Amino acid sequence: MIVPLSHVLLLSSVLFTLGMFCTLARRNLIMMLLGIEIMLNAAAVAFVGASLHWQQMEGQAMVIFILAIAATEVSVGLAAIIAIYKRSGSVDPDIDAALMEKEGLR
Amino acid sequence: MSILTIIFYAIALLIIASTVMAVTRRNMVHAVLYLVLSFFGTAMLFYLLGAPFLAALEIIIYAGAIMVLFLFLIMMIRLKKAPGTFFPVGQMIPAILIGAGFLVVSSVLLKTGGREWTSMPAAQASPGAFGVYLFQTHWLGVEIASMLLLVALVGAYVLGLRVRRRPAPGAEEDAA
Repeated sequence: MIVPLSHVLLLSSVLFTLGMFCTLARRNLIMMLLGIEIMLNAAAVAFVGASLHWQQMEGQAMVIFILAIAATEVSVGLAAIIAIYKRSGSVDPDIDAALMEKEGLR
Repeated sequence: MSILTIIFYAIALLIIASTVMAVTRRNMVHAVLYLVLSFFGTAMLFYLLGAPFLAALEIIIYAGAIMVLFLFLIMMIRLKKAPGTFFPVGQMIPAILIGAGFLVVSSVLLKTGGREWTSMPAAQASPGAFGVYLFQTHWLGVEIASMLLLVALVGAYVLGLRVRRRPAPGAEEDAA
């Protein structure tokens, strides 16, 4: 006997909240991407807990897809951040938007 | 209260503490290192919850590949100073409100719902059985995931290509 599923879900929602806070409050594209990683990880924790609770491997299969999506999102996101940084010299979302408007890129 | 329960709470505490440290660090390298610790904790949690294969994948892919990619990027772009103000109030207040709201709603949903949460028995899915299950029932999903990774590869290449080619026309114009 480990713990009830509700405790795992509570841990997962706390992690998700932390990731959401990181994405919303930081003014830095890299930290925002890290926040999205934390949120995806929280979803994976919830899936594994549910998988044990119902004794089904369905949840664990979903975690494989979450891993694939996280890898995809990180590679494209970091490539986009490098492109933005080379163009504007900053990873601040606001400064970057202003610069792009000035350069007529939007 | 069995030993597994105690281990679960210890791991949960480790994960939450290291994630809080990661979210509030000003230095991004420190944030990434704390997040690696958090992912190691998550891997231990996966092992405890009966997914040893996913625990290995968590360490290899999340802590190993993705976080190293972040470290690589952070050390590559070399920010002169920390950009902007740290935690500006205009973003802080909505972030706290949304976060608190989400936490309250999710804990209320867990408390109500009218069902008793019984403790889960320990069980483990062996990697072999899991692989057979994955490729028998989700073979289409695996194919789609591989296509998605290919699209990501091409997308990252195109994004990098545009950056490298963009200064070239400008340089030609300057020369002319």
